[in-house]
Amino acid sequence: MIEVRDVTKLYGGKPVVDSVSVAIARNQITSFIGPNGAGKSTLLSMISRLADKDRGEIFINDREIGRYKSNELARTVSILKQTNHINIRLTIRDLVSFGRFPYSQGRLTKEDWRYVDEAIRYMELEDIENKYLDQLSGGQRQRAFIAMVLAQDTEYVLLDEPLNNLDMKHSVQIMKVLRRMVDELGKTVVFVLHDINFASCYSDYIVALKGGKIVREGPTADIIDTPVLREVYDMEIPIETIGGNRIGIYFS
Amino acid sequence: MHPKGKIAALAAFALLLIAAFVFYKSGTNWDYVLPRRLVKIAAIALTGAAIAFATMVFQTITNNRILTPSIIGLDSLYMLIQTFIIFVFGSMSPMVINKSVNFFITVGLMMIFAALLYKVLFKEGRNLFFLLLVGIIFGTFFGSISTFLQVLIDPNEFLIVQDRMFASFNNVNTDILALAFALTALTVLYAMRYAKYLDVLSLGRDHAIGLGVPYDRTVRQLLIVVAVLIAISTALVGPITFLGLLVANVAHELFRTYRHSYLLTGSVLISVIALVGGQFVVERVFTFSTTLSVIINFIGGVYFLYLLLRESKA
Repeated sequence: MIEVRDVTKLYGGKPVVDSVSVAIARNQITSFIGPNGAGKSTLLSMISRLADKDRGEIFINDREIGRYKSNELARTVSILKQTNHINIRLTIRDLVSFGRFPYSQGRLTKEDWRYVDEAIRYMELEDIENKYLDQLSGGQRQRAFIAMVLAQDTEYVLLDEPLNNLDMKHSVQIMKVLRRMVDELGKTVVFVLHDINFASCYSDYIVALKGGKIVREGPTADIIDTPVLREVYDMEIPIETIGGNRIGIYFS
Repeated sequence: MHPKGKIAALAAFALLLIAAFVFYKSGTNWDYVLPRRLVKIAAIALTGAAIAFATMVFQTITNNRILTPSIIGLDSLYMLIQTFIIFVFGSMSPMVINKSVNFFITVGLMMIFAALLYKVLFKEGRNLFFLLLVGIIFGTFFGSISTFLQVLIDPNEFLIVQDRMFASFNNVNTDILALAFALTALTVLYAMRYAKYLDVLSLGRDHAIGLGVPYDRTVRQLLIVVAVLIAISTALVGPITFLGLLVANVAHELFRTYRHSYLLTGSVLISVIALVGGQFVVERVFTFSTTLSVIINFIGGVYFLYLLLRESKA
């Protein structure tokens, strides 16, 4: 379980995440939603130690993240940020093999390569595994990065807007893979999403943030609800049930 | 060609050049000629290796291929420290006369500076443009302060500073050669503890942390390693601004890999080839009518412009 206790992050004296406490249950998909500047990405960065927190504590499996060795934490939590600009020329296979670094320290064993192959197969990248990242489309590249995270084989997977710049087909494909990772491989997935309908269709639990604080949290059905969303987004969003999923109609 | 083959070819070529430099037209008076040439070639090779290693590491931790430790002013800092010591303590001070003491003081100060620099350069959210800006400002700042102190200084003292400033390949500071060798060996050995992280560091800060690199400590230690190596090379032959840029990029183009085991070895060999070959040409072809740093800065400057133009198109 990931437990965030009273965490604050200041930028230039102003809190962007303000005394947030939240518990993220295992073997579920939890999504963070909320308007721009709500502090969703910052919270995710602090959980993965990419950003330092100014106050508070974060426990992963009952241990404060500061008390993990860097390497140990990398075998427990993986993170994928929304922009993944890489300066060097790598093939998909090279990139995915980096996912094994926490285990192999750069000297990959047969076992490590098995994980790499498996991750590539899981993301259906076998045909293009020797292509360079700069030759790929946005969707392929995103899948390659998710394959790297998969090869890292961590219990917790954190993703910051994994659907950024993806078309509908690839968005659905990636969400399905993440769902399968939870259902088949027993992972715990946390992501930041902008599209409340994707959050509604694929997550088990939703945390809604606004202005650095948690406004509401609860099981998906409780949050995808007109009065709750009004509070979060300052917007009137009627909810319809379509094919068993609660869908917000926010286009007009 | 396999990277290992390329390394072997480069190593063979480097050895060939060194042999040519040592034995070409050595005449019959070997007892006189050989020790002198050997000392010189050792200093040149050491300088080349130190600059190449430092630049490659620096470019990896800053994730850029344009800036080098020299361009952000680490070697002008060396000059500033020298000028400052002479300015404050006078040229008769043991800190100036005893070259080993002087060397240690300078290296120590540069290590402290590197630790401070780390705080400025690697805070969260810094980008390449910030680095560029800070680098240019530092370089100019150190240079201007040095000039300022040199103008105020007693003319006799200035001669001593000048001697330090114009250390060159024709006037290698051989007094500290043994010391420099030992210190370089120790520094590189120390850096090897962090070598396994270099490949991952080239993915950038976020990925490196995500993959379990103890980022802050690693980058700080590596930056100090860079400062020590630059101090050594500057102490031996003076500042050569563009050599690092040149060899690091040629190594990237030649090897086209992200693996630092090849990149580091390759850039060190290319650097030795460039310096030894260049010095050979300067001494035997131009018969000292020009200096190697002029040639290197010219080629390096042109290459730097090419890189900037190419980057602006991409």
